Amino acid sequence: MGTFILRRLLLMVVVLVGMSVITFALTHLVPGNPARLLAGQHASEDEVHAVSVLYGLDRPVPTQFWIYMSGLLRGDFGMSLTDRRPVMDDLRQFLPASIELTLAAIILVIVIGLPVGVMAGVRRGKPSDHLLRFLSVGGVSMPIFWFGIILQIVFYKRLQLLPIGGRLGILDIEPTQVTGFYLIDTLLDGDFTTFGSALLHLILPAATLAAGSLAVVTRMMRASVIEVLDADHVRTARAKGLSPALVLWRHVFRNALIPTTTVLGLQIGALLAGNVLAEVVFNWPGIGLYAVNAIRNLDYPAIMGVTLVISVIYVFVNLLVDIAYVLLDPRISLGGAAAGR
Amino acid sequence: MSEPTIPAPTVDALAGLPLEHRRRPRGLLRRLLINPLSAAGLILVCVAVFVAVLAPEIAPSDPLSMAPEIRLSPPGVAHWLGTDDGGRDILSRIIYGTRSSLLTALGILAMASILGTIIGLVAGSCGGWVDEILMRVTDMFLAFPALVLAMGLAATLGPSLFNAMIATAIVWWPWYARLVRGQTLQLKHEAFVEAARIAGASAIRIAIHHILRNCLTPIIVQMSLDVGYAVLTLASLSFIGLGAQPPTPEWGSMVSIGRDYFLDQWWMVTFPGLAIFISVMAFNLLGDGLQEALSPRLRR
Repeated sequence: MGTFILRRLLLMVVVLVGMSVITFALTHLVPGNPARLLAGQHASEDEVHAVSVLYGLDRPVPTQFWIYMSGLLRGDFGMSLTDRRPVMDDLRQFLPASIELTLAAIILVIVIGLPVGVMAGVRRGKPSDHLLRFLSVGGVSMPIFWFGIILQIVFYKRLQLLPIGGRLGILDIEPTQVTGFYLIDTLLDGDFTTFGSALLHLILPAATLAAGSLAVVTRMMRASVIEVLDADHVRTARAKGLSPALVLWRHVFRNALIPTTTVLGLQIGALLAGNVLAEVVFNWPGIGLYAVNAIRNLDYPAIMGVTLVISVIYVFVNLLVDIAYVLLDPRISLGGAAAGR
Repeated sequence: MSEPTIPAPTVDALAGLPLEHRRRPRGLLRRLLINPLSAAGLILVCVAVFVAVLAPEIAPSDPLSMAPEIRLSPPGVAHWLGTDDGGRDILSRIIYGTRSSLLTALGILAMASILGTIIGLVAGSCGGWVDEILMRVTDMFLAFPALVLAMGLAATLGPSLFNAMIATAIVWWPWYARLVRGQTLQLKHEAFVEAARIAGASAIRIAIHHILRNCLTPIIVQMSLDVGYAVLTLASLSFIGLGAQPPTPEWGSMVSIGRDYFLDQWWMVTFPGLAIFISVMAFNLLGDGLQEALSPRLRR
């Protein structure tokens, strides 16, 4: 086990270095001149030059790369060209909002997806199973930005039940920043009104984000339940007279959970990326919205920083999933799992 | 299964199947039509292709000509799906949008599959350090969440539909490289490849005539599974302003413009989004059906 984790960690380091190279290359292949952009349209040549010296944009590319890489090791992503703050500070400010949204979506996926998947698996071939297949294809086919807007039209405009976007209403008082998660920070403040508001604001973005993953996880759960239902140990359990509910819970559900866990873990990465679209639609102040604004302003350090941070989280989560998989299912040979993906 | 929001291709559609199952079976169409969902997918895809090809004939009006006097009119007899902020007919714009969506999706798949196939074939055939290097580079690309990398690339190249297409293809080739490499490694040891080698065929001839030909079915199935996600990715990029630029009739950018009006003029965002949804779903249903029809292992 130790060697397996060590090997994966080493591999991760290689991947991370590669990713930083790709990310750096990404923003240095462009024709546009960020210094010109930064100095403003009416700036003189001298001013543009001064800006490029200030931000190190006049150095040769290899030097810039060296500065960039050594900065990364210190957790320094450079200065944002638009708000002139260290990108790291920006990310630190916006990341909790994205994580809160992602976690909320994952909870929805688990709470709805697992039971529905089990139900469909047990009722395989019945109309409700067909309906589920249809819905799950629908879920992965849905453009989530459009789904979010439709939810806004229905729940904000027509039903006037839920807020249209943002993390809090205009009149709400922002909680003291402790964790950055409003649901936790408001509780720490003992401010239940704002907690309620934060919760209401979270519902639509989380539902939007969850839709696609929900479809994938439900389908996976259904398939694994079907597979486990056919297994010998389930027949044995039934034969020795266990109640159907007990068989389902103890023998089917727990075993079907193993492959689903992997899929669920991989969905976290999908959700992180999907955040970008959901955050734009709901004006959710997370790193997705930050990324889109950075892209619109050609803010290269910010683009590099966000791409890298999202990707690093993604790689890290996938590593954890792999480890969890091996822990959950002792039948997996470690070598196979390491080479498997 | 693949990721929902960042449309990334499903891996190894048919990998691992014994060779005889990979040959295109007779009666494929019949097998597709048996399943109502696949049949629906097939019919909808045919409709979409039909609409794309005949766009100028069937569109009721010009997708670009402005008519300020009828701007933002709701769906009605004159304009079935209403008009947008420039008075342009939304139905016509959606019809023309079908064209660009399908063409760019095919462009992505063509570029990604050709690049991926070449790299996978070289890696699998050569083996050794060539394989090692190519596959580590592939892993590097696969480590990024697809949409995020595509966004970064598209932003770097500059916002346009063509650049969005290139960016997405760059993100997607690794899936094909991996698929083809896996197939190549498997096929390399088949008796007929050994026979060709003994008969004195060159490595290139073996790779193209014997291995590539037998990889085609899995590649095609993979592509059919990916069309929908390609349409979705492009629409997403256009939605955040990185794809087609207004006033080009493109679904994602239409939704993006409609967002400014969605509370009162709901039709501006609803219909283009519905077009994305239905066409992606059609391709996914058809892709699922094809995969099932071509791989007996999945037929339960």
